[in-house]
Amino acid sequence: MHLRAVALLLCLSIPGFTQAQEPPLDSIAQRAKPCTVCHGEQGRATPEGYFPRIAGKPAGYLFNQLTGFRDGRRFFPEMTFLVERQQDDYLRALAQYFADITLPYPKPIQTQASESALQQGRDLVLNGDPKRSIPSCQACHGEQLMGVLPATPALLGLSPDYLIAQLGGWQNGTRHALAPDCMATIVHELTAADIHAVTAWLASQEVPENAHPQEGFKTEPPARCGSIEVTRP
Amino acid sequence: MKRRYLIVAVVAVALVGLALWLFPSPPDDYVEQPAGGTASAELLERGRVLARLANCHACHTARGGEPFAGGRAIPTEFGTFYSPNITPDAGTGIGGWTEREFWRALHVGISRDGSLLYPAFPYPSFTKITQDDAHALWEYLKTVKPVSRRPEPHTLRFPYNYRPLLRVWRALYFQPGGYKPDAAQSASWNRGAYLAEGVAHCNLCHVPRTGLGGPDSSARGRGANVLGWYAPALDRPTEAGLQNWSTDEIIGLLHSGRGTSAATLGPMAEVVYESVQHAPRADVEAIATYLKALPDASSASPPRERKSPAAEVVAPILDRGGTVYKDRCATCHGDAGEGRPPAALALAKNRAVTMDSAINMIRVVLYGGYTPGTAGNPQPFGMPPFAQDLSDQQIADVINFVRTSWGNEGSFIRSDEVLRARTGPLW
Repeated sequence: MHLRAVALLLCLSIPGFTQAQEPPLDSIAQRAKPCTVCHGEQGRATPEGYFPRIAGKPAGYLFNQLTGFRDGRRFFPEMTFLVERQQDDYLRALAQYFADITLPYPKPIQTQASESALQQGRDLVLNGDPKRSIPSCQACHGEQLMGVLPATPALLGLSPDYLIAQLGGWQNGTRHALAPDCMATIVHELTAADIHAVTAWLASQEVPENAHPQEGFKTEPPARCGSIEVTRP
Repeated sequence: MKRRYLIVAVVAVALVGLALWLFPSPPDDYVEQPAGGTASAELLERGRVLARLANCHACHTARGGEPFAGGRAIPTEFGTFYSPNITPDAGTGIGGWTEREFWRALHVGISRDGSLLYPAFPYPSFTKITQDDAHALWEYLKTVKPVSRRPEPHTLRFPYNYRPLLRVWRALYFQPGGYKPDAAQSASWNRGAYLAEGVAHCNLCHVPRTGLGGPDSSARGRGANVLGWYAPALDRPTEAGLQNWSTDEIIGLLHSGRGTSAATLGPMAEVVYESVQHAPRADVEAIATYLKALPDASSASPPRERKSPAAEVVAPILDRGGTVYKDRCATCHGDAGEGRPPAALALAKNRAVTMDSAINMIRVVLYGGYTPGTAGNPQPFGMPPFAQDLSDQQIADVINFVRTSWGNEGSFIRSDEVLRARTGPLW
């Protein structure tokens, strides 16, 4: 039995031995196929719709989201339904699978926001607002805003609808990160106009070429975040 | 208006009186336990397994909440029940209870303060539990972490929120008493019957209910609609009947959540994940023995007559359904519904596809799902959700195509059945 399994694995690992389009049957790729109906082939969802791209996001971040849906920190019943009876090891493997996928990003979609809103958004993203203790987004999400390993996500390459829904979710209590929930503290300082401005500017930015999450923080992040502290990639 | 309330009140009082007359207080058959001493590791382990098999953990734990601290919402047609805290916390749990009170709740459905428990707590099944097993459960529950968490009140509609009316329900449906072994059957069968009918309360979902939520004992050969799903009949081989399965296949499905020709999703996936997978093989084998031996009751309830659409309507349905199938399903389920095991089940000759109720299939196409990530199958394959990708009509078309292709002889469904399945809680 063991020998046969090894033989099968060897066959499957030879390129061209299996069908060109389909992943090997007994693979994480095959197991991850249900995700791709919404999140796009290989998790490449574009900013056209609502569903976020998951390809290339830090594995720790994706894992925290999967357990978040499972354990009630995030509220999206369709996602919860898919992951609610899965164990950490499996969710970690699925997260790693999508984290390892490198794909080019499409161009951002045309923004409807006014020039002044974009200016306000750019200012808040890059400088924060010290008077309200709002740090710049770069302080945690990386200099290029493309995320920081192991568990901080990119902010570029997402749809404006998705970004607004996430910040709104933090404000009305349907999205939580692991405690201490640093994002919740920040988002509660934001006004509706701030959220519009920030998400419009982020969604209008082109993703730099070969962008990927940054290896660790260059300076100490401005707040303690449970999502970074507990993650074991 | 006032007159109507008066009539309702008079009728209610009359019914309660009648029930009191029909149904005196249940007998107190508790046998005093020897005081003191510490519970043996063996007893606690037995209690732990029983708590799993009775699914205490799943019902009494909220999503992301502390084990057994309650707060899980259970939506029903009578309103929403919230499970209570059964940790040994003295203020909000059962830490202040005596073992006699615990036994009374389990055995005859009466709470510590004497109020009647709703049968959402499956005491009509638990009444079969032996006092020995109840003792093991009690000792085990005393060892779980005490959590201070006050249970939410149920939000039930009138008149179901009026607890004394439960006397009527009990008079109609509740038979107190322990499990009576059948001497004509094997020990394994008897163990299986005890577990399936008592501890694991399979009947709570797999037997149809009356309008009052009592078991409809006349309805043999039929399953029941539960939590938006259809719990298929266990006494019907064309539904979930296991009469023609090997015992090993049954054990495999119940332990891992996944068989070669069947998979568990929805509430049954929860039962496997939270409950049955934790039971020792001998117990699952006993349940399998019992389920396999259930008499086939197909003839007691012939399949519902469904009108097939006229031939000139059928052709375009199957044409459209076939196109959706080719685009979205064939890669995994095969051009002829032969499947791609173990990633995708065969759809040809699959009873989950052809059985009379199509609601499970509709839900699986809408919301997809992974079988539970059990110890026996820790990295299960999954079905993608198509709710956001396909219209009600497309989903009805492809389901009709699958239900009537490759030798399948299922009935046709309408697109409004898909529409209706798009609302309600996901389970």
